[in-house]
Amino acid sequence: MANASKSYDVLALGGGNAALCAAISARLEGASVLILESAPEFWRGGNTRHTRNMRLAHDAATATLTGPYPEEEMWDDLLRVTGGQTDEPLARMMIRQSKDMLEWISAQGVRFQPALGGTLSLSRTNAFFLGGGKAMLNALYRRALRLGVEVRYESEVIGLDIDAGRFGSATFRSGAGTDVVNAKALVAAAGGFEGNFDWMAEYWGPAAHNFLCRGTKWNQGSMLKMLLGQGVQQTGDPTQMHAVAIDARAPKYDGGIITRLDCVVFGIVVNQNAQRFYDEGEDLWPKRYAIWGRLIAGEPGQIAYIIYDEKSANAFMPSLYPAITGNSIAELAQKLALDPAALTGTVDAFNAAVRPGTFDVAALDDCRTEGLSPPKSHWARRLDQPPYYAYPVRPGITFTYLGVRVDHDARMLMADGTPSANMFAAGEIMAGNVLGKGYTAGIGMTIGAVFGRIAGREAARHARD
Amino acid sequence: MHATEALEEAGRLMIVCNSCRYCEGLCAVFPAMEQRRFFNDGDLNYLANLCHSCGACFTDCQFAPPHEFAVNVPQALARTRAESYAAYAWPKFMAPVFHENGWAVAFAAVASVAGFIGLMGFSIAPRDIFATWTEPGAFYRIFPHAVLAGVFGLAFAYAIVALIMGARNFWRDIGEPMATLAQPVSIWQAMEDAAQLRYLDGGGDDCYTGRKTDRRRLFHHLTFYGFALCFAATCVATLYHYLLGREAPYPIYDLPVVLGALGGVGLTIGPVGLWFGRWKADPVLRDEKSSGMDRAFLAMLFLTGVSGLALLGLRGTPWMNLLLTIHLGLVFALFVTMPYGKMVHGLYRFLALVRYARESRELKVQE
Repeated sequence: MANASKSYDVLALGGGNAALCAAISARLEGASVLILESAPEFWRGGNTRHTRNMRLAHDAATATLTGPYPEEEMWDDLLRVTGGQTDEPLARMMIRQSKDMLEWISAQGVRFQPALGGTLSLSRTNAFFLGGGKAMLNALYRRALRLGVEVRYESEVIGLDIDAGRFGSATFRSGAGTDVVNAKALVAAAGGFEGNFDWMAEYWGPAAHNFLCRGTKWNQGSMLKMLLGQGVQQTGDPTQMHAVAIDARAPKYDGGIITRLDCVVFGIVVNQNAQRFYDEGEDLWPKRYAIWGRLIAGEPGQIAYIIYDEKSANAFMPSLYPAITGNSIAELAQKLALDPAALTGTVDAFNAAVRPGTFDVAALDDCRTEGLSPPKSHWARRLDQPPYYAYPVRPGITFTYLGVRVDHDARMLMADGTPSANMFAAGEIMAGNVLGKGYTAGIGMTIGAVFGRIAGREAARHARD
Repeated sequence: MHATEALEEAGRLMIVCNSCRYCEGLCAVFPAMEQRRFFNDGDLNYLANLCHSCGACFTDCQFAPPHEFAVNVPQALARTRAESYAAYAWPKFMAPVFHENGWAVAFAAVASVAGFIGLMGFSIAPRDIFATWTEPGAFYRIFPHAVLAGVFGLAFAYAIVALIMGARNFWRDIGEPMATLAQPVSIWQAMEDAAQLRYLDGGGDDCYTGRKTDRRRLFHHLTFYGFALCFAATCVATLYHYLLGREAPYPIYDLPVVLGALGGVGLTIGPVGLWFGRWKADPVLRDEKSSGMDRAFLAMLFLTGVSGLALLGLRGTPWMNLLLTIHLGLVFALFVTMPYGKMVHGLYRFLALVRYARESRELKVQE
């Protein structure tokens, strides 16, 4: 067990992919390393425990990746999803280094599998963890512990001693009381603040309390707040977060992947006044997947209802909760506590506006409405085959964009632009540097692993010199 | 609605797992699950018997307890599996034997050994119990060959019939057409998967423990192949007897003895390893109610192996007659309890693998 009065070369704050890659990387450079993870052991690992894959550039196919996925293409993908809100040199460096990552992280014991059903579209670009993100975490923890990294769970950092950009010590609270740990270098890899609804409410008002957090409640953003409060330069829009539509019946935290719903295209989406509010047929997955969380956040009560009929009952991935059913639109409305007349009116108006076409969910087909506002531009089919189905949905927050600014060595930059002497960052806490907005599957794990590896190495070198 | 609480829980979990699918690379259960959207009791019994209980999906699960979704697939499927054994028992009135299986098997073993000792009392004089007999045919001075062949033949035939009827119940319950059993490619795939215990490893070199300390596969191989060798020894000896007119005991270098000795070693070491492996495995993965069944089966195999080896080692001594009697009693008990104990796991799992071979092959063709 770690001795609190002891001093370490490297202190890693956090417990997910980024923190573990940093800790392992630092240890491989010969540094003594302590990890402070605020969560209990079962809940360790932040949002990594809910992930499934990592996006990696590669020049040729591997055992688990069909290829190739050239650097340039990955850069194009990143540029597209961020709309240019990315630090190009830093992002290109990350993409270049992602090419070694499969080999490096496999050497740490992480196992991969070929992409299987439902995710085939990612089999070229993303390496899938065998058993998912928690299996990946388990492997990294095993490796770290075997290398001699010390880990303390349920240890929440409550103070950082930083003087003119130089980290000295951290004060943390655990079951044993309050302790101070000294380290020659710090790696902050403690995630964002998606678990902190009070913080989100600063930007979103009381509506934020109707959001659900898809990931861990341990991502309170306290490290982020402390670092920004002590002169580290900020990156990313503090008001922004990645939000998708998830089942409104999901738990407040940790619903993870299984509460997601991607059936918007099969029907209509109404708010609690039983009115449509956005074009359900605007775009293909994954773009449409990522916008609906934000859209629902803007509706009264932060709730909406996806309504479809028997034609689409088995058309999409099953999810955790069963759909709510009704033999008529009015009956369905009653079960949803919506105004039956209003919902019937909305559905009738929609049905009347649907033009004939050839339905094809894999393409931007010609099934659309005419003279309806908002329109449904694709995949519009009449809702006329009972039983009718509904899913109540709310915004599910995946991650936040606010972060600390870093350079090529994953070293934090202070507000005046000078590099910190001994503070590094990796993972979601600095993701905003390369992912200023948007999302593309598996990019968070790339950011965590690549910058974690760099941060650990640089922290260890700093400690040694 | 499912028939029992165990099925209810298995059904709940399959809905959870089917909306996640992160474990699809670990074993056969999850790909089989993905081919379904709704799960009736037969589907759940199929999946339960397909599960090898390696535990990898539990350690890998972000929704395992204390998460409120409380996902523990190995335990839920173990409970379902144990119930399914009783449900498929033939004849039906034997089903309760599965409920206190440890005691039932122990009782059968004691009764059988006592019965054989009683028989020995009839067939030889008390002073001959500790006589040293070594010539060919010595075994049959105690129990005439025709009697042994008759008693064991009947017991074995009964066990086979009961097992086949159980298999039939399983096959009907999971709703698989008989035609699948006529597909050599499915049968062969299942034999390969079963022979190597392909799905006991959680998708790779590490199992539940995450360390290479889980030796269940090794010990299971020792047990299974030990059993197979002992069975082969018996078959060879039968052929010797009827075709060549050569009577047991055979010389130490002869095939039945060599096969039996090797098999006996496997049957002795394997169950011990599996028994102690049980204590190492996290109890959260197990169905505690069936631990009596598991232990009784391991104990029976172990005692059969040990008594056989002892008979081999001491057959030139005054202990031979008693050891032979005990060994025969144990083997007899093993035979008659075969359809009513843990032995059925091999049968149902094999059949589940046959169906899985058919399903996964058809899926590949579709793609």
